[in-house]
Amino acid sequence: MLAWTIYLSFAGALVEALLPKGKAGLARWFALAVAVLGLAHAVGGFAAGMGQGRMIIVDVPWVPTMGVHYLLAADGISRVLVLLTGLAAVAGVLFSWNIEYRTNEFFAFYLALIGGVYGVFLSFDLFLLFVFYEIAIVPKYFLIAIWGSTRREYGAMKLALYSFAGSAMVLIGLLAAYTTSGSHSTSLIDLAHAGLPVSFQMWCFPLVFTGFAILAGMWPFHTWAPTGHVAAPTAASMLLAGVVMKLGAYGCLRVGIWLFPHGLDPWGFSLIGIGSWRDVFALLAVIGIVYGALVALAQTDFKFVIGYSSVSHMGFVLLGLMTLNQIGMTGAVMQMFSHGIIAGLLFAIVGRVVYERTHTRQLAELEKMHLGKRLPFAAWAFVIAGMASMGLPGFSGFVAELQVLVGAWIAKPWWTIAAGVGIVIGVAYTWRALQKAFFSDRLPTPEEHPKTGWPDLGAITWPEYTGVALLVGVSLFVGLYPRILLDTIEPAVKALLAGGGQ
Amino acid sequence: MNYADLFRATLPETALEIAALLVVIVDLGLLRKAALKTRVAIAALLGVAGCAAAFWAVYVAGSAGLSAGDDLLLSAGGFTSVAQAGILVLTALTLLLLIGSVFTRHAGEYVAVVLMAAAGGLVVASAQDLLVIFVGLELLSLGLYILTAFAKSSGKSAEAAMKYYLFGGMSAAFLLFGFSYLYGISGSTNLHKILLASFYSSASGGAPLLYVALVMIAAGLGFKVAAVPFHLWAPDTYEGAPAPAAAFIASVSKVASFALLISIGTASVHLLDGVHELRLVAIGPLPKYLGVWIPWSLILTLLAAASMVLGNLAALAQISVRRLLAYSAIAHAGYILLGLAFFSHSNASANAILYYVLTYGLTTIGAFGVVSVVERATGSDKLDAFLGLHKRNPLLAAVLLVLFLSLAGIPPLVGFWAKFNLFAAVLGVSAGAVPFGLVALALALSAVSLYYYLQVLKRAYVMQAVDESPIKAHPVTMAVLVAIAAAVVALGCFPALLQGWIASF
Repeated sequence: MLAWTIYLSFAGALVEALLPKGKAGLARWFALAVAVLGLAHAVGGFAAGMGQGRMIIVDVPWVPTMGVHYLLAADGISRVLVLLTGLAAVAGVLFSWNIEYRTNEFFAFYLALIGGVYGVFLSFDLFLLFVFYEIAIVPKYFLIAIWGSTRREYGAMKLALYSFAGSAMVLIGLLAAYTTSGSHSTSLIDLAHAGLPVSFQMWCFPLVFTGFAILAGMWPFHTWAPTGHVAAPTAASMLLAGVVMKLGAYGCLRVGIWLFPHGLDPWGFSLIGIGSWRDVFALLAVIGIVYGALVALAQTDFKFVIGYSSVSHMGFVLLGLMTLNQIGMTGAVMQMFSHGIIAGLLFAIVGRVVYERTHTRQLAELEKMHLGKRLPFAAWAFVIAGMASMGLPGFSGFVAELQVLVGAWIAKPWWTIAAGVGIVIGVAYTWRALQKAFFSDRLPTPEEHPKTGWPDLGAITWPEYTGVALLVGVSLFVGLYPRILLDTIEPAVKALLAGGGQ
Repeated sequence: MNYADLFRATLPETALEIAALLVVIVDLGLLRKAALKTRVAIAALLGVAGCAAAFWAVYVAGSAGLSAGDDLLLSAGGFTSVAQAGILVLTALTLLLLIGSVFTRHAGEYVAVVLMAAAGGLVVASAQDLLVIFVGLELLSLGLYILTAFAKSSGKSAEAAMKYYLFGGMSAAFLLFGFSYLYGISGSTNLHKILLASFYSSASGGAPLLYVALVMIAAGLGFKVAAVPFHLWAPDTYEGAPAPAAAFIASVSKVASFALLISIGTASVHLLDGVHELRLVAIGPLPKYLGVWIPWSLILTLLAAASMVLGNLAALAQISVRRLLAYSAIAHAGYILLGLAFFSHSNASANAILYYVLTYGLTTIGAFGVVSVVERATGSDKLDAFLGLHKRNPLLAAVLLVLFLSLAGIPPLVGFWAKFNLFAAVLGVSAGAVPFGLVALALALSAVSLYYYLQVLKRAYVMQAVDESPIKAHPVTMAVLVAIAAAVVALGCFPALLQGWIASF
């Protein structure tokens, strides 16, 4: 059932590319239908997999001479992330309802990207995973370069090159693992059991982990993220923050930590308190959390605030992974889901609801527009999304970040303290953006005030209502009833920590 | 050896030569009064038929090599047959591209020269003897010089041919010089005997002369595959030659030359198998740098590293798409040379290299096809000529997208599998720090290469067009291009097809 999410998306992309040009309505409805069908399959697969362990979906030899299998499978982590992808895909289509320029091509690239993302989350063959991972790079480039805004060609190229450089690192590690294991199989399950030498894991782990973490926005390789997010059209930045950054984090977990568990072992010596790759990456994650939040605090462009907040929030995911304990890693997966929903919502409000009407994202200009009164829906939606993003109880972010912090405390208390600082700053930048964009009481000077009164900003359309309702609803539901995801995530994390078996 | 054996062993070459003569007779005799379009079409189709006949002959003659005494002259079967079959298929594709071109009125001669050059390629792919190798290389090269100059009204074409010819003559001299040293050391022109003799000669202190010979030969063959620092002809030739000729140079000539390098590699590694036993009896422990293999491998490694780095970096700065393709060809040659430098005893390396060079040849023919269509419509091969291609001809733009992404090595296209196969073979031979570092360098540089491929695709898909009038392509050209793109996708999705075919010989 889950495999159909991939096939549907790619087939949808192909059909979109062949649809007649100039029929924007048809392209939209078709894309929505495909995305909803994909979501239905994701939900179905999620429901069917409840309480189950890893399930093999397809396993056929693909390149027999090299032992590559077309092996799709799903465990709890995959199922949760596939569900996230389905939700983000539907919301993304809803928020790109106003795309009029080359609509069918837009949705063709969009669905191809979604298909690649589904594929990564479901692949249990290292090779297949890598193939899907790279398939996702190209549509991203075109989505941003063709339909983007601020410095779009720069942002798109930077994103593509960062991604490709990261995947080159992964490919090196992949080739090395394949030749070292000698098991003549690229199945993740086989490789995890191959017993790769510890010395090999020691150098291969940081290579592969960094390669994937580039896409997860790990400091100091995060710089593609803000520029990419800002340049991207709304739906693409929703997907970038919502699912593409999760691809990186997922790769870190599924490939980095699962295949090379000994890469995290202590080196045997320590330098200024850092004695293993685990310490190194945890430090980078913490820096990312605090740095992202601080930089977000200083931005003048509304979308950059959200872009840097993504870097900060993804730091929690990486920190959670580095705790290497049950609660911290469960929190990391939870945070992937939660951030996917919330960041999507924030980007939707900033990029679609506000920017498409005001045509500016500069906080200094938004200040004068009294958006709180003129776009009350946007204001309240942003209040809710902001609260979710700050990690207020009742939203999914709270459950996720709390677990990461608890896990980090168990591992090393100072991680928690530093990350806690990040949360406080998170409140500050969200508050600042909220206040400046929507609730400022600064009055425009007479020259700035239009003589004929404020121009009409246009009513909120139904896709916007639906999209916001969908994302807010999911975040609230998961925040109030986290067990629905935790019950699926926890056994999978436990199995993964136990060393790859079932 | 009698003439019947000779005929059987050279059946494919003979088929091509007969077809070449037939084309000239038909074109200059029967069709003298016919319209140019008809003449071009018939000449090209006759050429394709010749390739098909030769293809069939490769299968028939597959098991028959040719020996003089106990010296093998022409090998057959195995990777030789694969390379020959590949050469014939690629030649046929470049001939089909001719149908939509208008650079010459001498269709018959053009096709005849292509077929003769292809026959030279077949000889090179199977040759095991220095003299045969040289004859084959010259037959191939002379054809290529003529093809480069074939657009008689174009000054660029003449300039490119002159440069190519001068460089080629020089490199042939180097090659011959190296060959003469090898003959002096070993007293034989047979590849296997030379390698064995060079082993003993270096054991008895005759190594320096051998190294000089190897460097000379590397210069000669490095020119053929456009490896740095013998690459200077490539950008000019790719830019000036008529598009079908450029496609031929970029694909068929590469396949033939790499097949020759595979012959050398195979002969060397198999020699070492035998030496392994000799060692205990005759010489004692093997000194370092004994025989050909290690210095040869060192030379190839240096060429590979230089080609990868310079090719990829120089391509970044190009504004002409043909020159960009030339530098990317240099970079790809670098990757392949890496595979040759770390050559395995099993068939893994030979198969991986053939897989790479065949799929690369296929892709690059398609790329030149697209360039030629755009060039005819806009009169330029500059990056800006591709502006708005997705509007002017969506199908052509889609083909361009597939081919360039494949060259960049994006899965699931065939270029990705080729790279993976090749690098896995390199690491399969030795997972030491040097090969590993070189593979890492190659992968890092292929990340760089994405930038320049995207420069072209960006113009085709992203940037606003200045001129939005549709571009028309000849239906045959379009059909060939779509078929190539479809093959690139299909072989990428089912990589085992081609691997199985290569391994089946």
